[in-house]
Amino acid sequence: MSKLFTGAEIVFKCLEDQGVEFIFGYPGGAVLPIYDELKNHSSLKHILVRHEQGAGHAAEGYARSSGKPGVVLVTSGPGATNVVTALTDAYMDSVPLVCISGQVPTHLIGTDAFQECDTTGITRPCTKHNWLVKDIKDLSKTLHEAFRVATTGRPGPVLVDIPKDIQFAKISYSKPKVKKKLNGKSLNQFSQNQIDELINLMNKSKKPIIYSGGGVINSGPEASEVLRELVELTGFPITSTLQGLGAYPGDDNQFLGMLGMHGTYEANNAMHDCDLLINIGARFDDRITGKIDEFSPKSKKVHIDIDPSSINKIIKVDLSLVGDVKDVLKSINTTLKKKNMNLNKSNKQQISKWWEQIQKWRTKNSLHFKNSDETIKPQHAVQRLYELTKHKDTFITTEVGQHQMWAAQHYKFNKPNRWMTSGGLGTMGYGLPAAVGVQIAHPEKLVVDIAGEASVLMTMQEMSTAVQYNLPIKIFILNNQYMGMVRQWQELLHEKNYSESYSEALPDFIKLAEAYGCKGIMAEKPSELDEKINEMVQFDGPVIFDCRVDPNENCFPMIPSGKPHNQMILGPSKKEENKIIGKGKALV
Amino acid sequence: MANPKSAYSVSTKKEKTDTHIIVVWVDNEAGVLARVVGLFSGRGYNIESLAVAEVDAKKNISRITIVTTGTPQVIDQIKLQLKKLVPVHKVADFKRNDKSVIFKEMALFKFVGNTNKIKKAVNACKKFNVVILDKTKKSNVIQITALRREIDKMAKNLKKFGLVSVSRTGAVAMTRGDKVFN
Repeated sequence: MSKLFTGAEIVFKCLEDQGVEFIFGYPGGAVLPIYDELKNHSSLKHILVRHEQGAGHAAEGYARSSGKPGVVLVTSGPGATNVVTALTDAYMDSVPLVCISGQVPTHLIGTDAFQECDTTGITRPCTKHNWLVKDIKDLSKTLHEAFRVATTGRPGPVLVDIPKDIQFAKISYSKPKVKKKLNGKSLNQFSQNQIDELINLMNKSKKPIIYSGGGVINSGPEASEVLRELVELTGFPITSTLQGLGAYPGDDNQFLGMLGMHGTYEANNAMHDCDLLINIGARFDDRITGKIDEFSPKSKKVHIDIDPSSINKIIKVDLSLVGDVKDVLKSINTTLKKKNMNLNKSNKQQISKWWEQIQKWRTKNSLHFKNSDETIKPQHAVQRLYELTKHKDTFITTEVGQHQMWAAQHYKFNKPNRWMTSGGLGTMGYGLPAAVGVQIAHPEKLVVDIAGEASVLMTMQEMSTAVQYNLPIKIFILNNQYMGMVRQWQELLHEKNYSESYSEALPDFIKLAEAYGCKGIMAEKPSELDEKINEMVQFDGPVIFDCRVDPNENCFPMIPSGKPHNQMILGPSKKEENKIIGKGKALV
Repeated sequence: MANPKSAYSVSTKKEKTDTHIIVVWVDNEAGVLARVVGLFSGRGYNIESLAVAEVDAKKNISRITIVTTGTPQVIDQIKLQLKKLVPVHKVADFKRNDKSVIFKEMALFKFVGNTNKIKKAVNACKKFNVVILDKTKKSNVIQITALRREIDKMAKNLKKFGLVSVSRTGAVAMTRGDKVFN
């Protein structure tokens, strides 16, 4: 008879066979057998967080920056409910997470036992799939299946709930067999005919635009390379969603900047006026489309996505190619090179007028802001941070709000997986724990969380994690004392009724940093900014940087939603165009 | 919205909706019905009726039949979202007015009253495959199988004959002829 292992041992055997190196977790009664077993597995390092939400976001940061699934281990009841926000966040942004939760023993399930909750019931709508393991025989199969579901197709979070008695039960273990069939859920469904049709559309187009998204990042670094090749081959302009930043170099001339609600004037106008729109791994999110009825009215629309349910969900498209972005783009490039040796030239002539138009839009310089010698403008702070860190391979995470948009607008990313932000769910408090996870995956790299003072306080406790593991993360807080985006909307849309958006009694971030055992730096004047940023970058250890910025700055440009892309409002330097009136005001 | 202020988007045009019967083959495992039904409630799709039971004990397959209404875009989304669920094997979709598909619902009626009235009631049900399941001097329980709207109509019209209780199933569906959906 083969050797018998406990459920807890099997959990580790599965994790080892899956090549897991790090677990982000927090112990508790219902996972004690698993924690007890931890000491016997030196290849797995456990990162002790300070709150289960932090474990989830750290695992997200780890996954998004490394391309590997993040693993979370939490206890039953509050452990599981605390991780729900992170699971939902990962679900919205397609981040592969495997969450293992403890559960009360099977005979107590349904009795309202101590720290019991219906974990699979609670997490059903925020995971790709979840399992309650009621029989030790199912444990290893379920765990391997969990990794497969999390990482294949459109990635996402999964949860495996393991009752405590299952962790003690014994059974033999065998390594996973080759892949189970996919229940007919094959991933690549596109055909050469569709590729040919797309190329035909590309040949005819006079005003094309490529709109790429997080799917390119999820498809792996190779996808970014083939995307770059496609853009070069065609000479088409490209814009990117928030999640897609870095897939195409942010400082390249063919890149129009981010699109959408706070996207650039040129990107949004190009989306509106184009005659061919090629969506690569994005999902027509409402912050991208604005008013649906008037979204890119004159274009043929093509959608490349691995998830068939993304096609025609929001915007009806003329051609859809379901498959892994990398594979679809490779086919396109191969066909382009084979069939259209001269596309390169002819096409670039055909779209030269389009590029002239784009250049005109560019002269609006929509990201412009009025700088100041007295107060630090938040945009200026991000620009300086970029200039002073761009020579390094820097990883940026953010919280959610104005600072997130300024980071997206002013920090230029040249590589995929360098930008971690909560897009779909918009989770304040994401950035700090995400930075912890990124630093774990890339111990030698510079990791900066561009934060807001309100967001960062939501998960500030994870500084303690950073200190414990010597993670030199830099928390760069654009401190305007307001929940800035809330304040901006109240200013523009709710008659400046700043209801509850001002944070009184903020902590002294320098002292807070010191209390956690890390370094605190404060900058108040533009003149000292560079020196202080350099000090932060050079410091070997975690830093909280309190960057005091102009509290009244708003994030522009902006599409008042309910408006089409060509009706953006620009910053205060273009005052005459900056009135939201009548109906538009109602629809932001 | 009377004063939408910062409302992000306001829904605009209303599209025509159709009634569809969605048939889903799933692994018969704990929570699978909750996944399917939760997908409908979570995404705001509507369920008019639902019928579910295991159809293959050996392979552990259950067949769920859901009647729903929605715009063509919503119906497409329902199918595609269902197909993403891990325990879902296949999904079929029929329009309610599709002549090549049989739809049936079953109802149990209980009548209490004099025999004369009950007789009339049973007669009125004749064309719906009526079966008398229980009979006493004062009461009758009958079973009919019919379309939803026919059962709706009967349930309304038979009140006068002493109909006191109605219990009915959701619709089940099957294609006509030798064609099998796969």
